[in-house]
Amino acid sequence: MKLKKGIPVIDQGDKLGFWGGKFGGNFVPETLKKPIEDLEILFNKLKKDKNFINERDKYFKNWVGSPTRFIKLENLTKYVGGAQIWSKVVSDANGGAHKIYNATVHCLLAKRSGKKVICGDTGAGYAGKMLSMAAKKFGLKCKIFMGAKDIQRQQPNVRAIKKNGAEVIPVYSGSQTLVDAVSECMRYWVANCDKVAMCVGSTVGPAVFVRICGWSTSQISRELKTQLVDEFGSVPKKLKLYNCVGGGSSSFGFWNEFMDYDKKQCEFIGVEAGGPAKSKKHAAPLTYGSKIGILHGAAQYVNQNTDGQIEETESISAGLDYPGISPLHCFLKDTKRARYTAASDEEALNAYKLVTKFEKLRPSLEPSHAFSIAITESKKFSKDTIVVVNSCGDAYKDRGIIEKKLGRKYV
Amino acid sequence: MSNPISHAFKKAKKENRPALLTYTVAGDNSKKQSLEILKSISKKVDIIEIGVPHNTPVADGSQIQTSSYRAIKNGIKVNDIFKIVKNFKKFDRNKPVILMGYYNMIFRYGENEFLKNCKISGVNGLIVVDLPWPENKKFASKCKKRSIFFIQLLSPTTTQKRLKKIIKDSHEMIYFISMLSTTGGKLKVSSKEILSNYYKIKKINSKKNVVIGFGITEKTIKSLKKADGLVVGSAICKEITNSIKKRQNPVTNVYNVVNRLRNKIK
Ligand SMILES: Cc1ncc(COP(=O)(O)O)c(C=O)c1O
Repeated sequence: MKLKKGIPVIDQGDKLGFWGGKFGGNFVPETLKKPIEDLEILFNKLKKDKNFINERDKYFKNWVGSPTRFIKLENLTKYVGGAQIWSKVVSDANGGAHKIYNATVHCLLAKRSGKKVICGDTGAGYAGKMLSMAAKKFGLKCKIFMGAKDIQRQQPNVRAIKKNGAEVIPVYSGSQTLVDAVSECMRYWVANCDKVAMCVGSTVGPAVFVRICGWSTSQISRELKTQLVDEFGSVPKKLKLYNCVGGGSSSFGFWNEFMDYDKKQCEFIGVEAGGPAKSKKHAAPLTYGSKIGILHGAAQYVNQNTDGQIEETESISAGLDYPGISPLHCFLKDTKRARYTAASDEEALNAYKLVTKFEKLRPSLEPSHAFSIAITESKKFSKDTIVVVNSCGDAYKDRGIIEKKLGRKYV
Repeated sequence: MSNPISHAFKKAKKENRPALLTYTVAGDNSKKQSLEILKSISKKVDIIEIGVPHNTPVADGSQIQTSSYRAIKNGIKVNDIFKIVKNFKKFDRNKPVILMGYYNMIFRYGENEFLKNCKISGVNGLIVVDLPWPENKKFASKCKKRSIFFIQLLSPTTTQKRLKKIIKDSHEMIYFISMLSTTGGKLKVSSKEILSNYYKIKKINSKKNVVIGFGITEKTIKSLKKADGLVVGSAICKEITNSIKKRQNPVTNVYNVVNRLRNKIK
């Protein structure tokens, strides 16, 4: 299995949509073959269309807000006493997280295809919130599928979704989290694909959704590359990019522009959710060696039992609480371009405490996982190592959980 | 060696009626009970479809989901399903059995190993909901080698060009999904429209046995009886759920539903 240079990773899949010959694909009911093919044709055409790219860039700049800040975490760096720790504050983006990029592009595509309704899944509520924002902006009706457990633990985002005029459809099946929301959203699309567009909230799902999402979030690394050159004169010799990985959209977007660099120069570190320290359950299929299987239309490493039933996950962070992982990351893992590890609930909370103590930055529980590993590893790195953590979400949505776990003063 | 599925269609045709296919989930509401249900309905049914329950079923509505989750909770494993088939075949050896499920269950088990056990237990056909054409080409030919029918699915969204290609690669039986829906949806298009789509398929190759499924209940079955075969699933799963709720015997209740379905098309 080999990663090619000079070709965007999203375009390195084969004819059937498999990366490395085995990750991804289109394991979908026959009914979805046609709408998926239609979307593929549309996307392949538009991603080469200058007008479309200009339109995308215009909305990214003026509406999403680009670039998001790239800042040095001086106090944290001093405290840690190793590498220079920086952050790309993607939570600056309109709505407070990277999910806005994919949502915007999907709504633009839906408009072009003449669809008037768009449906989407959400875990942390950000994908849903952003889709509801973009749908409102572009005059589409919007339906958001969300697990009942996530509705409870991510109330601020649920309120935002509703305020934007979208309908929130609670999902009560299975573990009542993201995995069930994606399933239910896909079912809704099966029944309504003639009139409704679907947005998958991360780089998961049938191949075209993986590609659209990766293409959209790559805005993050395009900005970062310019910012690095502005700051250091060139891409640093020792650069390490830390990102939490749920489905894998923020991390993929954070790394994409640096793909062709040698990993000795630009190392990618993906941090999965290890779950509570005491629990056997986790949401870290890459770290803990889960076997390959099929989930939501794509072959990927996924938590499952020996019979092929998808296993329940556990994580304090709703956005990372997913048993599978993008086929793109399976590909990056097996080609050894990226390295994956996990942080536990407790480690993420500790990192949140540290970052908020030293900096004017409040990463949500998802990026707190990435901060945890970045802080630990930075201690061992030389002073000329540039560590960058994608702070891809704001903790406002997690205030309930943080107050409960850490007490009032941390909210 | 001919496949009993072909016999079943021939027999129904001779009797001037569509074949009746029932879908129940293996292990619903228990391993033992699901076998009892199959035995009790067997003489009223032409082809038995057995669902392999999966806990992330992206094409199933609430009725079949409920049955699947119940079966999984009661501990059903793929090997138990082969045992159920084997025991059922001891009871009614000529009744064709089709397993219907999601690809991950087969993938995890290993395609070859799965097919070997299908053969040993007496499975005659397979429907894999999320393994569409052309992704299914390799697996379908493996099935063919073992004289197991791989049953291609067609949908109202399948283009004419694609229809032709899929039908060309199909075995003797094809499954036409009546409408855009998950299983268990209300029939939202007219039977006239469904049949007109059905005839489009028959026109491409009249020799294939085409069954219609999704949205078929006691209310709607009669209007579609011109088809080669009709599949009823959710209506039966729902009966099991209701029987449990009412503390009645699902075996008798399901038999009664199937009997009524059969009477409507005879
Ligand atoms: C803030 C934030 N970060 C990360 C994630 C994980 O998703 P992904 O790996 O696709 O970026 C989510 C998902 O909801 C999120 O809301």
